[in-house]
Amino acid sequence: MALWGDVRPRSTPEELLDLVNAEEAKKSRGRLKVFLGASAGVGKTYAMLVEAHEQKVRSIDVLVGYAECHGRQDTDSLLNGLEILPRKELNHRSLKLTEFDLDGALKRRPQLILVDELAHTNVSGSRHPKRYQDVEELLQAGIDVYTTVNIQHLESLNDVVAQITGVVVRETIPDFVLEIADEIEVIDIPPGELRQRLREGKVYVPDRIEKALDGFFREGNLIALRELALRRAADRVDAQMQTYRSKQSVLGVWPTKERIVVCIAPNRLGLRVVRAAARIGTASHAELIAITVESDRQSNRSPEELHQSQEALRLAERLGMHTVTTGGHDIVGEILRIAHERNATLIVVGKPIKPRWRELMQGSVVDDLVRRSGAIDVHVITGDEPGTQRVRRVNRPVPLEWRGSIATLVATGIATGLCFALRPHLVPANIIMVFLGGVALIASRYGPREAVLASLLSVAAFDFFFVPPFLTFSVEDSQYLLTFAIMLLVALLISGLAIRLRQQAMLWQTREERSAALYRLSRDLAKTRTTREVAEIASREIGEQLHADVSVLLKGEGSDLGVVVKSRSNFEFRPNEQGAANWVVTKGEVAGAGTDTLPNSEALYVPLVAARGIIGVLGIKADPMLDPQQESLLLTFANGIALAFERTLLAKESQVARLAAEAEKLRNVLLNSVSHDLRTPLTVIHGAASSIAEKGGSTKEMADTIVTQAERMNRHVQNLLDMTRLEADAVEPKMEWNSVEELLGSALQDTDHALRGRSVKTFIPADMALVKLDGILMTKALVNLLENAARHTPEGTEVEVHVSVPPGKLLIRVADRGPGIAAGEEERIFDKFYQPEAGKADRGFGLGLAICKAVAEAHRGKVWAENREGGGAIFFLEISASERAPEVPID
Amino acid sequence: MTEPLHRVLVIDDELAIRRFLRHSLNPEQFELLEAETGEEGLRLIATKEPAVVLLDLGLADIDGVEVARQIREWSQVPIIVLSAREQDHDKVAALDAGADDYLTKPFSVVELQARIRVALRHGSLATGALPPAFIAGDLEIDLLARLVRKGGVEVHLTPNEFKLLAALVKNAGRVVTHKQLLTEVWGPDFAEEAHYLRVYMGQLRHKLEDEPAQPRLLTTESGVGYRLRTE
Repeated sequence: MALWGDVRPRSTPEELLDLVNAEEAKKSRGRLKVFLGASAGVGKTYAMLVEAHEQKVRSIDVLVGYAECHGRQDTDSLLNGLEILPRKELNHRSLKLTEFDLDGALKRRPQLILVDELAHTNVSGSRHPKRYQDVEELLQAGIDVYTTVNIQHLESLNDVVAQITGVVVRETIPDFVLEIADEIEVIDIPPGELRQRLREGKVYVPDRIEKALDGFFREGNLIALRELALRRAADRVDAQMQTYRSKQSVLGVWPTKERIVVCIAPNRLGLRVVRAAARIGTASHAELIAITVESDRQSNRSPEELHQSQEALRLAERLGMHTVTTGGHDIVGEILRIAHERNATLIVVGKPIKPRWRELMQGSVVDDLVRRSGAIDVHVITGDEPGTQRVRRVNRPVPLEWRGSIATLVATGIATGLCFALRPHLVPANIIMVFLGGVALIASRYGPREAVLASLLSVAAFDFFFVPPFLTFSVEDSQYLLTFAIMLLVALLISGLAIRLRQQAMLWQTREERSAALYRLSRDLAKTRTTREVAEIASREIGEQLHADVSVLLKGEGSDLGVVVKSRSNFEFRPNEQGAANWVVTKGEVAGAGTDTLPNSEALYVPLVAARGIIGVLGIKADPMLDPQQESLLLTFANGIALAFERTLLAKESQVARLAAEAEKLRNVLLNSVSHDLRTPLTVIHGAASSIAEKGGSTKEMADTIVTQAERMNRHVQNLLDMTRLEADAVEPKMEWNSVEELLGSALQDTDHALRGRSVKTFIPADMALVKLDGILMTKALVNLLENAARHTPEGTEVEVHVSVPPGKLLIRVADRGPGIAAGEEERIFDKFYQPEAGKADRGFGLGLAICKAVAEAHRGKVWAENREGGGAIFFLEISASERAPEVPID
Repeated sequence: MTEPLHRVLVIDDELAIRRFLRHSLNPEQFELLEAETGEEGLRLIATKEPAVVLLDLGLADIDGVEVARQIREWSQVPIIVLSAREQDHDKVAALDAGADDYLTKPFSVVELQARIRVALRHGSLATGALPPAFIAGDLEIDLLARLVRKGGVEVHLTPNEFKLLAALVKNAGRVVTHKQLLTEVWGPDFAEEAHYLRVYMGQLRHKLEDEPAQPRLLTTESGVGYRLRTE
């Protein structure tokens, strides 16, 4: 039954987190140990007390909160030496009753407390109606609890036990209580021995022994109950094994989760079906979905029946099932629709309890279900007959066509019979009405073919039986020919309308489903925070809705598509498929299987289009191919998914941007403080020296030297800071429309002092347009080029600056008459801290040209140097300037 | 010296800077007041009414830009901002908030004195009053007569060129930010259109400078604005 084909990663992070949380919760929670018995008298209380003594020896603080010894001597004697909590006295309808004192226990706070009879119902007036709730509170308070329970008290086994023993157990505990138990010990003795103990008076007081031996404690009962208890405990071992496996990350194959659809019929079987399904579900760890179908026949139901189905739904909810209420005419169709949608592997349904004749009249849901279930197993739970459950598993699809035709024949037959019986009282017009009624009925349930058949048959039957001469098709009164024609016309019209009505109802239902699916998708997507989560939900929802394998591909850093999630490992990406996906992501159109584009692909590819463009592709592998309605649903899904992806991408980007901004801010704070710390002493030195120099006198020359050196040092500091900023990569040039002439002027002004004694000639085209560049950075580059020229050119020579605009570019040349560049150094002079071999005394830090290079690169340009004809060097700085400058209104 | 004694307030948290200023400014011309914090500086402006304020942007307590804004709420005292080159942004903010000029650290005493002189001159002028005719080198500018002469020859300026020049003349010697010039000439809607200025300044330089690529009068304050040099 289980599908073992799917290999899943051991544990998702969420699962591991759950595990850790559960472990954490358990640490602060008390531990629960359950002594589970098949029936009374097996010695649960005894075993519990024995273990309590053992714990006490280990100096654990043990308290007996409540122990029921039923007057059994050996058990009673075990209480000696254990501290017993006094019971609380409650007055209940003038009766004095004693009850376990929860508050007393909480106040006493032992390490371990014994609370017998977990299924006990508390005397009204207690805090909780049930004792297991008291235990839950003790556990929450961090107190370990030992407790006992018999298997027949388990909610889900309730009616099995009743069936076996004929005794309905009123006190039940929900199954989860056993599941949260940290340890379960089955107290098991063979049935023969138990009966022996009973006879010896160890279980009941003597006067009740005989009755018990013949009733509840029949050997057969005990065997069955024992088996139940052992099986339950074995299930628990399985579950623990699984927890262990996921914790230890044991490699192996996991089954996909089984899903069981439980059909709740509005009758007394509902509760039984739910309980049976819960048992099956717990054993196989399946997900359970309980459904009720509200059909149009609902109005015929008695309030009691409705109440029963509600009751069953509530039980299903209590047992942890998903519950679905749906509506539709075709109950079986609805059940199957949901079963398919949820990928159910098994449908559990109650055996029909209708009389046979009603089944013939209305059809049997169970038979219909068995016939139409296709690949899904159907598990039928027995009705009221005593004995063990009989399970029928049928998988026999039967062609449907005959049903309609037969129903048509039967309906027309009944109409004919009815009219025949009532003929003395009916005028022909009313006979026609009865026939038309039959036609309408058929049309509303079956297709157009049946409707036409019913119309023809009705006219024929009317002619044959009710138009003189009777029992022939011939007609005496030719007036009747018109009657036939109109009757046929009306019948066909009615059928048409009824069919259309039905189709509309179906359409409405499809729309309902669609909006429900969309709602579910958007609700789930709203919770997501990472692209991976979005992809997973997308693949799951689409997979379920369209019964398809889904893969989600997202555009990566470049435009490469990366697979984020595949619903099945067999969704392979051969070059062919990858090609189709790539086509879709570039074109933004649907392609692949079932379309005109790349129809040979195995899957259908749908682009995920968000506001920023195409962000990825959904690959859908469906067999059979999607129908147009499914396709439109898919496209709607794709929209929602694309938006969800965009949301997560935006969140990610804003985070990255915020981090970058933070880093930038930090860097600026750092550089500003370095700048401040270096500049303050420089300011003082420079200022003070300039003050001394101004006063003149014998110290003037020395003061001037200090000023010059301070200025030089300041330039170095400036260059170091500039280089650091440029190197940080985070410098985004502030591109503005600038006048090169103005920048050059500014640079010349800054280097006025350095260039002293050298004339500067500038060549700038007249009416040169503005160029888009970072003015401050470009000025720095120009200043460094000019300083470099000044440094290498002897006084009295000329420095030339040529600005030109070759197409799409801006080129600045700075030419000097210095020694030129040594061969092989053309590149290296732009390196940081590079000092040429033939260095002069006035050397810089070797940062000036490196800054020029960094500025050029920040503008996607370049710098280079050549030797100049006639001696000297030319430095080139070229950046792209293809954009046309904006118009400035001239007045 | 016949000039009156000018009170100069320096707001700077660096003792070394304050000390150097104390010794550099001629005590016969200037009386130096010192404030270590913005708070103290504001108090001194209110009580001692200095003629010029030297304001460091990197104060420990209040942001220097904020100090300039607060001063301007109730005082027209000229403010000269002292800043490092890295603080272009703050410098412009302080100027737009009402500071009159700035000095980039490190600066020489000569520069400082020149700035203070300009500030004092503007401080003594009644606000809104047009300065007398401006003369620098072979350039004569008469704002009232709307007349510009270079080497005795009248230069024809377009209306916007003239407005731009007038704005600079009114602030002669002081830096004027891009925003201030754009607002003055083209109106507040054009406060961000710095490229207008670049075009018009280029035109002005071509008409008024001997060597437009190496201006002597209409100089550029990189990243801040323009200045009409007076000396």
